Amino acid sequence: MIDSKIDVKYVADLARLELTDSEVNDFTKQLTEILTFVKQLENVDTSGIEPTAHAQPVFNVIRNDISRDGFGSDSALKNAPNSSKNQFKVPRVVD
Amino acid sequence: MINSIGSLSITELKQEFHKGTVSPVDAVSLLINDIEKYDNDVCSYLSIDKESALKAAADADISKPLGGIPIAIKDLINVKGQPCSCASQMLKDSYIATYDATAIANLKSHGAIPFGRLNMDEFAMGSTTENSGFHITKNPWDHSRIPGGSSGGSAACVANGTAIASLGSDTGGSIRQPASYCGVVGLKPSYGTVSRYGLVAFASSLDQIGPITKSSADAAVLLSAIAGKDPLDSTSIDNVESNPLSKLNGDIKGFKIGIPKEYFTDGMDSNVSNCINDAIKTLESLGAEIIEISLPHTDYAVSTYYIIATAEASANLARFDSVRYGHRAQSPNDIIDQYKKSRSHGFGQEVKRRIILGTYVLSSGYNDAYYVKAQKVRTLIRDDFTRAFDKVDAIVSPTAPTTACKIGEMSDDPLEMYLADIFTLAANLSGICGVSTPCGFVDTDENKKLPVGLQILGPPMQESKILCISDAYEKATNWLSHKARQ
Repeated sequence: MIDSKIDVKYVADLARLELTDSEVNDFTKQLTEILTFVKQLENVDTSGIEPTAHAQPVFNVIRNDISRDGFGSDSALKNAPNSSKNQFKVPRVVD
Repeated sequence: MINSIGSLSITELKQEFHKGTVSPVDAVSLLINDIEKYDNDVCSYLSIDKESALKAAADADISKPLGGIPIAIKDLINVKGQPCSCASQMLKDSYIATYDATAIANLKSHGAIPFGRLNMDEFAMGSTTENSGFHITKNPWDHSRIPGGSSGGSAACVANGTAIASLGSDTGGSIRQPASYCGVVGLKPSYGTVSRYGLVAFASSLDQIGPITKSSADAAVLLSAIAGKDPLDSTSIDNVESNPLSKLNGDIKGFKIGIPKEYFTDGMDSNVSNCINDAIKTLESLGAEIIEISLPHTDYAVSTYYIIATAEASANLARFDSVRYGHRAQSPNDIIDQYKKSRSHGFGQEVKRRIILGTYVLSSGYNDAYYVKAQKVRTLIRDDFTRAFDKVDAIVSPTAPTTACKIGEMSDDPLEMYLADIFTLAANLSGICGVSTPCGFVDTDENKKLPVGLQILGPPMQESKILCISDAYEKATNWLSHKARQ
């Protein structure tokens, strides 16, 4: 039904990872092996079966809309690799 | 005067406090001594904040349920003012928690002292603690072997007498399997019992925080302290035992205990199956009725788990983008380059491998074939347990198919490592509770003995029932009196 080929370089790009050639080789081999193994799920008849997202479903969790103190920017910025003027600082995004 | 407290249980240390033989400040100082003496070889801890622990001990109120008791913490649970690195270079030396996880806030309100940061597989991904970004933790019973994982530090410190008890987290067996390998008690609560707020997320539909202790009684006490519905985690449920020890009366007469025939197959180490068969006889002699049951979709649990867990992990670990916290690579070309370089330097091999697998199974064209399919099989696996629990009160199995392997023996083969989780991960997929307690030892060729764990699974919110069984078993046997360190 579905092939177990994985283009590791392409998927790494989607995941914002940059891999070395040897990582690409290792992961291709290991993940192909894992994907071949998980193909066994094709043998299970799941027609008419609903997917389970949470084992212990909890519905309609609501609370009163009352304002409360937030985290504060001082705390939020405490672990920032780079910050300036009370904000997180990153390389230019828009030219 | 007591000169070492590391081997005491919560119950025993509480007694010492009430007798007045030691104070909480003495206890913390003595524990620091024990760690300095005995943790150099085993390396359970990543760091200890002595000052804050001693200060908390000075303010401790021993009339509270866990008053003055130091509890060691796995390095992925946020404790305000302490590092929380998930044993990853991504967060090493750069991240100090700015808030308490709800489980920690609950511990503190019960009087306990969160103490030390414990080693683990990076971001809880692994079964050996060899995937730590910092150092390897050794099994206290045999230093040439792994302690299990991912909560390897949490189990090793309790077994080594360098912690009274600890907190770990269990996504596919990460509390129960290391507890089994280290000869201590480890409890995975039912999904939702303990708030996940402040637990660094691996797989959100599977993760649970739970206790690793020296007895089931201690596990019951620690669980009732950390559990509770939490407005900050909408998946949390109200499942707190107000009087946790009252149900542990040693009486399991008439309990129906199921033995899943699919779990007792050729892959199991014969030494392990001998211990389990003896344990089943002991439970029978205590008055339990043993019934063979079937969990027909057992063979599909590993595949289902590794699709769902990696899919959720790939989404959860997207937050490590080097903007708000974590490692940031220097001199990037642009923001995308900064994401890529920072993540590639910060994450270890197993984490990258799982992010890529998870991204793949969620990617366009593959989502239905892998992720949705796995969620459907998850329904069937959960239904297996629902049907089984119509017939039995609890299910008994080995916690792991073997005893602890040698350091380095497993790391090259990820699939083989994943298959070792076969008995534990179905509980996470199904949201049920499970406990591992020691049920014997296997002698090695090198004259060491390695613990074997008995897993007892129960329906959702039936922690007191499985702890009643494990407690009765512990009282009928003496495995917990064996100590890794003489």
